[in-house]
Amino acid sequence: MSIPKKCEMPDMSHVASGRSVGWYEASARQRVRLLLDAGSFEEFIGPEQREISPHLKVFDLPTQFDDGIVVGRGRIAGAPVFLAAQEGRFMGGAFGEVHGAKLTGLLRAARDIKSVPVLILFDTGGVRLQEANAGELAIAEIMRALVEARMAGVKVIGLIGGRAGCYGGGGLIAGCCSALAVSEQGRISVSGPEVIETNRGVEEFDSRDRALVWRTMGGKHRRLLGGADAFSDDTIQSFRDTALQLIESAPAFGAGVLKAEQARLEERLQRFGACADAIDIWSAEGVSDAQAVPALPAEQFIALADKVWRPRHDAR
Amino acid sequence: METLSYRHKAQERAAGSKSLAIIGVVASGNLEVMVERVLPDTECQVDINTAAEGFAAVWEAVVADFVERRSTGGLKLSINDGGARPDTVALRLAQAVRLIEEDER
Amino acid sequence: MTLDDILASLFPEGHDVKHDDGLLLGSGSLRAGGRAVVVGVTGRTALGVDEAIRLSRHVLDAMERGGTSPILVLVDSDSQRMSKRDELLGLNEFLAHLAKCLIYADMQGRQTVGLLYGHSAAGAFLATALATRTLVALPGAEPTVMDLPSMSKVTKLSIDVLKEKAKSTPVFAPGLDNLAQTGGVLAIWDEKGSLAKRLEALLNQAQNRGDQRDRLGKIRNGRPKAADIAERVHDLALLSE
Repeated sequence: MSIPKKCEMPDMSHVASGRSVGWYEASARQRVRLLLDAGSFEEFIGPEQREISPHLKVFDLPTQFDDGIVVGRGRIAGAPVFLAAQEGRFMGGAFGEVHGAKLTGLLRAARDIKSVPVLILFDTGGVRLQEANAGELAIAEIMRALVEARMAGVKVIGLIGGRAGCYGGGGLIAGCCSALAVSEQGRISVSGPEVIETNRGVEEFDSRDRALVWRTMGGKHRRLLGGADAFSDDTIQSFRDTALQLIESAPAFGAGVLKAEQARLEERLQRFGACADAIDIWSAEGVSDAQAVPALPAEQFIALADKVWRPRHDAR
Repeated sequence: METLSYRHKAQERAAGSKSLAIIGVVASGNLEVMVERVLPDTECQVDINTAAEGFAAVWEAVVADFVERRSTGGLKLSINDGGARPDTVALRLAQAVRLIEEDER
Repeated sequence: MTLDDILASLFPEGHDVKHDDGLLLGSGSLRAGGRAVVVGVTGRTALGVDEAIRLSRHVLDAMERGGTSPILVLVDSDSQRMSKRDELLGLNEFLAHLAKCLIYADMQGRQTVGLLYGHSAAGAFLATALATRTLVALPGAEPTVMDLPSMSKVTKLSIDVLKEKAKSTPVFAPGLDNLAQTGGVLAIWDEKGSLAKRLEALLNQAQNRGDQRDRLGKIRNGRPKAADIAERVHDLALLSE
C-alpha cells in the first residue's frame, strides 16, 4: 500500500480566485481547495486510484475517477477536519456503491479517532438509480456511522448550497448531522418536486413553479423553520465562516438531544401543521412582511432570521 | 462505451514537478481529464473512455493537435468523456497541462 | 400470513400491539422472559411527519422507562408520504429523527430487529427497517428502493430491457433477493414454524458491535466494492496527519 499523495486541486483561471468564489457554481474540488487552508488537503482514494463505479457500464454511462465524491483530511483555521464533498454535476451527485462507501469509511474513522470533526458538503439528488439498492444501503450505513461518530463526540457539520440540493436519502443524512448550514440556493427535501407532482398531480405540487419549490424546500425556509441552523451567503468564505461557528457550537449527542428534538418537532407540528404554505409559517413566526423574504439579500435575511428564531444547539 | 488510446512522441517535457492534476466533471457536454506524470520525457499518452461511439477520427485529430502545440512529455492524460464537443476537449487538455505545470501549493 | 398471525407467532405468550391509523405500537412477551417493544407501519401506509413523530415518541418513551428490552420494527409501508405539506414541515428531519432514535437505542444495548413483512420503499425504508441492527424478512416481502416504471421513465429504457439487465446484477432492481444479496436483509424467515423461536435465536446470537451489512454484501457477491472501499478510507484516515 503506497503512502497517499496530496492531490493538487485545479485552479480555474477564468474564475476569480479566492474565497469570494460562488459556492453554487464551484466544483466539489474547488470547494474543497478553497474552503480549507491552502495546501492542507490530503485526499483518500484519489482519482489516480481509479476506483470507479462497476455498475454504470451496463447502462453505457461514463464513470468519473472519484465516483463523484472527494474525501480526505485538511485544516480550517489551523484545526484538522475530515471532509467529504459531493460533485453535484456527476450523476446528480447521487449515492452509488463506491461513492457512498467513501463517506461511510470516513465517518467510521472519525468515530474511532474521536477528536476531528467532519464536514459533509452535500450536493445530491439521493440514491443513484442505476445502483439503487447499493446506494440505499450506503445511505443507511452512512446514517449509522454518523450517529456512531456523534456518540463518540464528533461534530458532523453539513453544508448545503449546490446545484443538486440535498434530496432523498441525502436529506435523511443531513437530518442526522450535528448542525447544518444552508444557502439560498440550497434545498433540502426527501421527495423532489417532480416526484411529488408525478405521484400526486400538479395541484398538489407544481414542480415548475420555482418560487414554490424554494418556499417549500429552499434554504431560507429551512432556516426560518429550523431545518437548518445557519444561513450562509453563496460564497466559499461565508460557508467557511459558518462551518467554523457550527463546529464550535454544535451539540454533543445523546438521549437529551433526542428528547429535545422530539419536543421541537412536536411543537412544530402543533404550531404549523395546518399551514398551507411557507408564507403562512413565516407570518405565524412573527415575520411582518413574509412575502418579502424570498427577495431579501443574505445579510438582511440573516438578521431577520436571527430575530425570529435562534437555533437551539442541542436539539438535532 | 468506446475506449481509445493514443501514444505520441512529445516535443518537450512538461514543465514543473507536480505528479498529478485533474480538471473537469463527467457530465453532459463535459469531461474530466486526469494527468499523471508517469511516462518518459519523450512520450505522451492520451486514454479516452467515451459513451459517444464512432468519433475516433475526431479524437485522434484533437489529440494530435494538442500534442503538437503543448509540451506534454512525460504525461499520461486519462479522459472520462460525457459527450463534450471538440473545443471543450481541447480546452480541458490545455487546462490539465497548465495545472500540472503549476508550482506545488 | 396476516399481521395478526405474525404477531401471534412472534409472541405466543401474548402481546398488546395496537393498530392505530396505519401504525403499530405496543409490546410483546418474549419466551425467555421480558418484553420486546414493538413499533411499526402496517397496511402499506405512507410514512409522513404525523406517522414518524408517533413512532419516535414510542421508541423514546420505551427508552425513558429504562431497561434493555429489544425493539422490534415491523414494516409494511409505502414510501415516505409524498406531499407538499410533509416537505414544507421538514419531513427529512422527522425521518432522520426516527432513525436516530432507533440507532441510538441499539447502541445503548437494546437490540433493534427489523421484520419486513410487506412493502417498503425509499425514505420510509431508511427510517424504519434500515435503521435497525438486524433486518429479516418474510417471504413475499417487497422492498423497493426504485421502482422499474420510474426508472424506465428516467433512463428511457423499457421495463423489459431493465429486467434483462437486472438478471446480471442485484444492485438496482426491487426485490427481497436483491436486498438480501447486497447485504441489507440478513435472512428470509420461513413463515412455517415459530417466529418466536427465530426471534429468540436472533436475539441470542453473539452480536458483533458494528454494522456488518457491507461485509455481508461482499460475501454474498452483491456489493463487491463497498466494504473494501470503506475499510481503505478508514485506514488511510487513521494513518493521516
